[in-house]
Amino acid sequence: MNFFIAAIAWLFDPAHYTGAGSIPSRLLEHLGFTLVTLVFASVIAIPAGYYIGHTGRGRRVAILLSGGLRALPTLGLLTLVGLWVGIGLEAPYVALTILAIPPILAGAYTGFEAIDRATIDAATAMGMSGGQVVRKVEMPLGLPLLIGGLRSATLQVVATATLAAYIADVGLGRPVFEGLKTNNYDEMLAGSILVILLALVLEGIFALATRLALRVVPTASGLQPDLTR
Amino acid sequence: MNWVWVNLDLVAGRTLDHLVLTVPPIILTFLIAVPLGTIAHRYRATRGVILTAGGLLYAVPSLPLFIMLPAIVGTSIRSPLNLIIALTLYGIALMVRVVADALASVDTGVRQSAIGVGFSPGSVFWRVDLPLAGPVLLAGMRVVAVSTVSLATVGAVIGVQSLGSLFTDGFQRGIQEEIVAGIVATVLLAVLFDAALVGLGRLLMPWQRVQAGGSAVTRARETA
Repeated sequence: MNFFIAAIAWLFDPAHYTGAGSIPSRLLEHLGFTLVTLVFASVIAIPAGYYIGHTGRGRRVAILLSGGLRALPTLGLLTLVGLWVGIGLEAPYVALTILAIPPILAGAYTGFEAIDRATIDAATAMGMSGGQVVRKVEMPLGLPLLIGGLRSATLQVVATATLAAYIADVGLGRPVFEGLKTNNYDEMLAGSILVILLALVLEGIFALATRLALRVVPTASGLQPDLTR
Repeated sequence: MNWVWVNLDLVAGRTLDHLVLTVPPIILTFLIAVPLGTIAHRYRATRGVILTAGGLLYAVPSLPLFIMLPAIVGTSIRSPLNLIIALTLYGIALMVRVVADALASVDTGVRQSAIGVGFSPGSVFWRVDLPLAGPVLLAGMRVVAVSTVSLATVGAVIGVQSLGSLFTDGFQRGIQEEIVAGIVATVLLAVLFDAALVGLGRLLMPWQRVQAGGSAVTRARETA
């Protein structure tokens, strides 16, 4: 327990709240980094996933992609892109966007696929055009699974953003790696606690969002949103 | 490519380290998650606690867990044991839900008739529940194996040697081939583990070959 007391003391040390690399600025960096990567990945993955889910085309490729990327070691991708692009923020952005795409893509297309065919047929029979079916039926009904996909992607990005501090001066991973380099266990542990808290808070927000989405969208299929994991 | 031939010994050594780090967690995951998932499935009161704990644990990022574990269980941060425990925890976190869901998917009619013809509770579990849940369990273990192999590389940044050491070493010395070799070796190892599990599944569940592509299994594989 002594370790934790020391780490908490480190966390509450006023010296760590001012200047460059203070705890609040690291936290903001980490959050901002996560958010931007998720937006990049969503812009690519959601339309692509909707296209796959609506047309059924490219499904095999999507499954292969999401399966294959699970085996891809994140640290390998980070260091490789780091060597290519050079030290700086670009490398982690590129690597993290690549990692965030498959879960969001899977969430988008499985959301469409999980919808009862009869529902879509009914919409078409009522005279809805293809675009209307997508906007008024498939997008709302697919929402819970899409949120599930965003949730996995967020977890992945928050975790990997910590590792990004290995190749760039960014985020809550900084105190962790600084502590590792100087053999300062309090500092590493304090950084780790912050990352874990951030991940759990985000997880909680997503759990809430899923619950809300399920209340708004009565999914007849009864699919659990976290199936996308 | 040249780098790989010159440093074949290094790659082989790190692969061996990687095996030592990943095989025990995969086996331990199965041995612990099956009873835990069974408890969650049988006793409603425990279900919420076990599954929520699993979900939260799964949400904890790997590097912070590797660092925090020594403060909780007293392992040394750079010892392989520390990593083995962490990887086992992740495996269990992922697998308990699969076990509980797999057992819940067993047809009640089949269970009832097994009890009807005089199966004891023990044999219902071993000879009805477990075999029928088998394909879903296998799908879950395949996910566990692949993600364990990939996660173990993260240990390299805290100094636990594995194929991930090729990433850190290659990055620090600017050797692109070393990183690529590490990625390829990690993916190959994951594919190998996956194939081994599929083979084991065929061996233990020969009836699966007849009715390949059962809907529950395909679904679990695609969405897990």
